[in-house]
Amino acid sequence: MREAAAPEITPEVVAAHGLSPEEYARALQILGREPNLTELGIFSVMWSEHCSYKSSRKWLKRLPTTAPWVICGPGENAGIIDIGDGQAVIFKMESHNHPSFIEPYQGAATGVGGILRDVFTMGARPIANLNALRFGAPEHSKTRHLLAGVVAGIGGYGNCVGVPTVGGECTFHPSFNGNILVNAMTVGLVARDRIFYSAAAGIGNPVVYVGSKTGRDGIHGATMASAEFDERSEEKRPTVQVGDPFTEKLLIEACLELMKTDAIVAIQDMGAAGLTSSSFEMASKGGVGIELDLDCVPARESAMSAYEIMLSESQERMLMVLKPGREAEAAAIFEKWEVDFAVIGHVTDSGRMVLKMAGATVADLPVAPLSAAAPVYDRPFQATPPRPELDCASLALSPDLGPALLALLACPDLAAKRWIWQQYDHMVMADTIQRPGGDAAVVRVHGTEKALALTTDCTPRYCAASPEAGGAQAVAEAWRNLTAVGARPLAITDCLNFGNPERPEIMGQLVGCIEGMREACLALDFPVVSGNVSLYNETNGKAVQPVPGIGAVGLLADCRRMASLGLKQPGMRLLLIGDTAGHLGQSLYLREILGREEGPPPPVNLAAERRNGDFVRAAIARGEIDTCHDLADGGLLVALAEMCLAGGIGARIARPAADQASAAAIPAAAWAFGEDQGRYLVALPEDLAASFLASAAAAGVPAASLGRSGGEDLTLEGSFTISVAELGAANEGWLPAYMAQP
Amino acid sequence: MQAAVVVFPGSNCDRDAAVALAEATGRPPYLAWHRDSALPAVDLIVIPGGFAYGDYLRAGAMAARSPVMREVVARAGRGTPILAICNGFQVATEAGLLPGVLMRNADLRFVCRDVHLKVESDKTPFTAHYRPGQVIRIPIAHAEGNYFADAATLAEIEARGQVAFRYCAADGAVTAAANPNGSQHNIAGLFNRARTVLGMMPHPERLADPLLGGSDGKAMFTSLIAALS
Amino acid sequence: MKARVHITLKSGVLDPQGKAIGHALSSLGFTGIGEVRQGKVIEIELAESDPATARASIEAMCTKLLANIVIENYTIAIDA
Repeated sequence: MREAAAPEITPEVVAAHGLSPEEYARALQILGREPNLTELGIFSVMWSEHCSYKSSRKWLKRLPTTAPWVICGPGENAGIIDIGDGQAVIFKMESHNHPSFIEPYQGAATGVGGILRDVFTMGARPIANLNALRFGAPEHSKTRHLLAGVVAGIGGYGNCVGVPTVGGECTFHPSFNGNILVNAMTVGLVARDRIFYSAAAGIGNPVVYVGSKTGRDGIHGATMASAEFDERSEEKRPTVQVGDPFTEKLLIEACLELMKTDAIVAIQDMGAAGLTSSSFEMASKGGVGIELDLDCVPARESAMSAYEIMLSESQERMLMVLKPGREAEAAAIFEKWEVDFAVIGHVTDSGRMVLKMAGATVADLPVAPLSAAAPVYDRPFQATPPRPELDCASLALSPDLGPALLALLACPDLAAKRWIWQQYDHMVMADTIQRPGGDAAVVRVHGTEKALALTTDCTPRYCAASPEAGGAQAVAEAWRNLTAVGARPLAITDCLNFGNPERPEIMGQLVGCIEGMREACLALDFPVVSGNVSLYNETNGKAVQPVPGIGAVGLLADCRRMASLGLKQPGMRLLLIGDTAGHLGQSLYLREILGREEGPPPPVNLAAERRNGDFVRAAIARGEIDTCHDLADGGLLVALAEMCLAGGIGARIARPAADQASAAAIPAAAWAFGEDQGRYLVALPEDLAASFLASAAAAGVPAASLGRSGGEDLTLEGSFTISVAELGAANEGWLPAYMAQP
Repeated sequence: MQAAVVVFPGSNCDRDAAVALAEATGRPPYLAWHRDSALPAVDLIVIPGGFAYGDYLRAGAMAARSPVMREVVARAGRGTPILAICNGFQVATEAGLLPGVLMRNADLRFVCRDVHLKVESDKTPFTAHYRPGQVIRIPIAHAEGNYFADAATLAEIEARGQVAFRYCAADGAVTAAANPNGSQHNIAGLFNRARTVLGMMPHPERLADPLLGGSDGKAMFTSLIAALS
Repeated sequence: MKARVHITLKSGVLDPQGKAIGHALSSLGFTGIGEVRQGKVIEIELAESDPATARASIEAMCTKLLANIVIENYTIAIDA
């Protein structure tokens, strides 16, 4: 959109900017006059769902956000937690769903770039990236192309900037056919006393622009990310931004170099809504005004209007407030890294955002009402009706477990994702001590014995069936995955992906998921420190499954006391920790083997979760176990098969006699593939098994011996023997074969 | 031994190389910025991995024409050993320190994983602590590691024994299936004629610490120290 | 004036990207596709007004940086 000489602000123009008549009336009231087009554009992006969280804010407040180790919770660019020794970790997960659907390579790449900036803008060096991807059905015509493009884009960006991509998840479901989800997470490391915030301060201080030049990229991207798709959305391609990871790398190095000095007062990356949201955020947080001379903004294209400059989403840009007189020192650092540097304005005491161009004032808006008084909606919501219990007796459960195991290992959600993560440099920085494919990735804190465990988790089908249980399960599974490597879970970032919140049933999913998350966060001492909300993920009225994605960080005090899932030697005793009830509702077995998506998801017993997890973690810390895997999708046999595959060693197990006695209650398939929560499989030396079982009993933790590792086959006595090679072929074969098809 | 690590603005394995060198030599390497046209006296120069200038024209093309590389080429001419890893290998071929070129991987995808390498010779300052024929495990991480040279050059490389490492299976068999990127003759690493310049796509600095999953890369650094101290 | 440099892989050098494009075209139903080769075009604006001088300077750019003559050919077009 180009600015005409004096465009008239008609109701159509207002509607095209995504503002409701009520919102526009509010804008008129704040301004006391009619806005010009630039000002309308600013209102539009500031009050978009993406920037204002207007539908979710009321409910987000329900989430626990504090703990003694939390330095900074939600509200800044990213959350910050203390990891001791004067060090802190800054992290956040963010969605880039709509752009990735329209242009998968650039959409995903710029998603990675954006989340990296959220973290290094606070002073942290990014040390790990993760991503959670949800695609449509594999047989859908777009899925292969989208998957290939998204993975190449994430790799293309992350590999170049030199931050290892260490983990994530990738699943498929038809509800994502028209709206894929691309959620990217960055984790950074910072000295506790070198953290930077975004509140502008110091009247007269220079406001500085650094990074790439501004072009007409992605104008109105933030509004696009807050509108439903329709058949014509693919025509919106020009609004997608193009990423330049090399410039991002230069920007990281230049910013971190400048941050070693004390020249910076405040710093904020330019993300969605670019210069508008960054300048308003800095002014609003600082309670000051800002005056910008848009003629000084480094421009890539000629004759850009104020509207275009303010709304451009060109990538790899940051805004800073410097201490007076420090411009030359800062400019020299950016010159060294060959990144643009320009003083474009100054901090004022007016409380207003004043934009000038060619000597004239082109916009003059009050900061506080626009940012702080953005609309907040208490949207009507309708709770998701509970799913009726599954009647196991009505299911044709085959006692033949071997073929079902092979089928599950090869199903799209469980198939090995090696084809994906091998395209990511997951080892650069030489601190990755657990690579992708395990329960959680582990990266050493450089130069120390500490390490961070990182994971992303959510089970969308659980959330669709019961938002509360699904929200709680997502948090609990993240906690369990960190525990399974021996880490103490510290905090989470959430990336909430839902459909259109103006529909009460979607709003009900959002409310339910947040309630479930809240309960789990409280029970597990696992606060939310940052997050992102992506709504309107629906096409032609069909919403995605609700996905409250959880990104989690845990700490290992001694990275040599760590567990991983691969069986490490033969003759180890295999123990199952936690209660097995054989819950098949919403299980992958039910969906993949019986073709049914029914029943409630497995209940989450948070007290048992915590008890079992604390017990396992303590055993890892004592050095008693170094082999552990959490039980999740696919249940017990899938977990055991994954342990065999990761270690290249077989196992021989039998169903415990105690279970057999109550066999009438739990059919074999439900025992083998049920997705009961709060469970782990561990392997330990034979001579430690008895005392381990005794201490589990003393702690009230259910633990049962299943058998031993060894050999080249996985055997369930009385049921099947399958070679590890055959399990591996099933598990590793699907994705490469799928992607090789034209 | 005093080493130098060349740092381009888009280098991203410079720290990893510096850490491995400091660990092995007990002394931090000198970091040479890409605009430097002079270097102090050093015993070894490492050109590290990364994306030197974004690798936008061709991997390593612009870096090969940078001020620091003019000096590196001059030092190489005077016999200073050069270890060029991954992007460094690409820079070294573009700078003419090594023959041939590294093209896009045959399957067009970036690949990051451990590979097995067959050590061809131990009669070099880089590989003295390996055995000829030894199979080592070292990670690769690149999109352009597909070694290409014309037939005459390739024949000469082989005749002069300039191949340092070949991609192989765990048992040492040099097979097409063990070739991760389409490189001719499974070439993973290459010497110049004098065997004072080594270019290699695999990253020895990434597996020089058992906590990272292996330490087969370490012998390269101990070899260099033994030869150059 | 403006110079346009076309850079292509020398014949005989494997072009995996060209191969992939050819494969994709065939799978989209285009028939009769022979060999596909991918190259790149670099446009350079020059202050120079003499075409011969411009060509000589572009020639030098090609051999020094723009093309890797181990594997690539180039052609130069000058728009007056």
